[in-house]
Amino acid sequence: MNLALHDVEYRLGRFILTAVGLGLLLTTVMAMNGIYAGMVEDALSIVRAPKVDLWVVQKDTNGPFAESSRVPEDLYRNILTVSGVSEASPVAYQLLQIEHQEKILRLQVIGYRLGGLGGPPAIAAGRPILKNRYEMVVDRKAGVSLGTQFKFGRITLEVVGLTEGVVSNSGDSAAFITLEDAQELQFLKSNEAIRNDRVRLQSDLSENPQLAGVSAEDLSSLLQSSHIANVILVRLESWANAEEVAKNIARWTHYNVLTSQQQEDFLAKNVIERARQQILLFRIILLVVAAVIIALIIYTMTLEKTRDIATLKIIGAPNSKIVGLILQQSLILGFLGFVFGTIIISLTYEYFPRRLVLLVSDQIMVFGIVIGICIAASGIGIHKALSIDATTAMAG
Amino acid sequence: MMQQVSAQNLTKIFGEGDTEVIALKDASLDVEAGEVVALMGPSGSGKTTLLRAISLIDPPTSGKIEIAGETIFEGKRVLIDDRLLRRQRMGIIFQSYNLIPFLTVVENVALVLTLNGVSNRESLNRARALLERLELGHRADIYPATLSGGEQQRVAVARAVVNDPVVILADEPTAALDSERGKAVMDLLRQLGHEKRAAVIVVTHDERMVEGFDRIYHLNDGILTVEHLNSKEKNENGHSAME
Repeated sequence: MNLALHDVEYRLGRFILTAVGLGLLLTTVMAMNGIYAGMVEDALSIVRAPKVDLWVVQKDTNGPFAESSRVPEDLYRNILTVSGVSEASPVAYQLLQIEHQEKILRLQVIGYRLGGLGGPPAIAAGRPILKNRYEMVVDRKAGVSLGTQFKFGRITLEVVGLTEGVVSNSGDSAAFITLEDAQELQFLKSNEAIRNDRVRLQSDLSENPQLAGVSAEDLSSLLQSSHIANVILVRLESWANAEEVAKNIARWTHYNVLTSQQQEDFLAKNVIERARQQILLFRIILLVVAAVIIALIIYTMTLEKTRDIATLKIIGAPNSKIVGLILQQSLILGFLGFVFGTIIISLTYEYFPRRLVLLVSDQIMVFGIVIGICIAASGIGIHKALSIDATTAMAG
Repeated sequence: MMQQVSAQNLTKIFGEGDTEVIALKDASLDVEAGEVVALMGPSGSGKTTLLRAISLIDPPTSGKIEIAGETIFEGKRVLIDDRLLRRQRMGIIFQSYNLIPFLTVVENVALVLTLNGVSNRESLNRARALLERLELGHRADIYPATLSGGEQQRVAVARAVVNDPVVILADEPTAALDSERGKAVMDLLRQLGHEKRAAVIVVTHDERMVEGFDRIYHLNDGILTVEHLNSKEKNENGHSAME
């Protein structure tokens, strides 16, 4: 005769309500896990999307995500000559914020060469970019419809296609444009800035007697170059060893070369490390709160049964029966709380502002921790139950 | 006749030094199989203390107790697992019924059997049969809270006798009942005690219930005396008077 199940059945409504409450608490733990996994997935999605092997960035930097990086656009031609390199393309990354339908929309803009590396992984709606200028493919999560036009500085871009699953490490949707458009957005100065630079240059030239005859207008056109990218993406031949090719490229081009794994590690360990620690701490606090709440619930449930437990002792129930009653109820409560938590998070995870990724491994971990907490928390109830004086049952 | 309960020179002292209280003073009693005896006395006289001592719920400070010929307490030592003793050889009835609220009537009765290792199914069958006999069969599958006080106490009696105990201890079983229901419960207790050849010790302060007892023990300030109902003979500690 299972006393725990009978007691649960007798107080079913209250027990279910308690389990739902616990489930809501566990939902927040699961949401935190989901946010963390989503953060890692998001951060890595931008690295994984182009499916490349090497990232050539500015010397002494770990760009383009952890640090800023600038490399000449045509560097890719040199890299293509290195043994083992199959493809190489310049790509520009820039975070832009615009107003769209009275809301602030942040986009991780990725400029790539048509036909080269770094473009959208797949087109979910519309078409890919076909023209060299003024077209755009946006991640579906941005909530932008096909045909929408965005004005960035001096250029207007039209959304011609939608993609999926590429966001920045802060969760902003990716927007793919051509490298030319990206360079104009990121590197080309405004007319006012060009005029100011020209005046400043003319002043500097006039102070140098040897350059007195040189016109600032002639020089500035040479100095104004927007043929810059943030990174050269490199895809290797199947037989090539990534680390060896990386060493060769670094030696010949004097740029820093990161393997995709290194780039992922930088993002996972450096860029999102603080957020990860924050979430980990939050998860620990929530689990401690859950442990305290479960312990209190079990303790209260035990107190309510003081007379029943005393009666059980008098009619000769062994301690194992009483321990079983408390422990099994605690485990049932934890199990139901976990089930409710899983149901709630499964029904709501899509409505969170940040992407939640629910991993089976995380859920197994939460379940294990909940069961551990229940066993530990029931210890307080068990201690109370075993210390109940049997004579309590004989009081009138 | 075999003594089912034999308690010799039981003394129970609570506290020590200045706070010492002697609740039982060399109390002795013997109850044979099938006998039903009453334990009477004013409040605080030590009646419940004596029941707790015999059932080892709160063992005496000194003395000797034998149940069905086996010594379970001697000197100052408990010689048996007290819970095992109660679940296998004793039935205990409380003043306020003490049925487990989250078990149905039949489960409450069957619980004692399952604690003794009887299978669930057989326990429930035996419990149901006993409840039928006590005219509680129609209440078997409901929770105790919906029963009247008299019905709850009859269920408690069923729980106490279902495992065929050698001793039944009842602590003021009629205190919460009106006289008619109280008498019905006492009659049932006497009937089952005789039938199961158990020694029945009933603590009561209700003078209306004394009819039908084989003997009445009186406790006053921890001192036990016995009254033979037929002879009205009184003898301190009752021991020799029972011979």
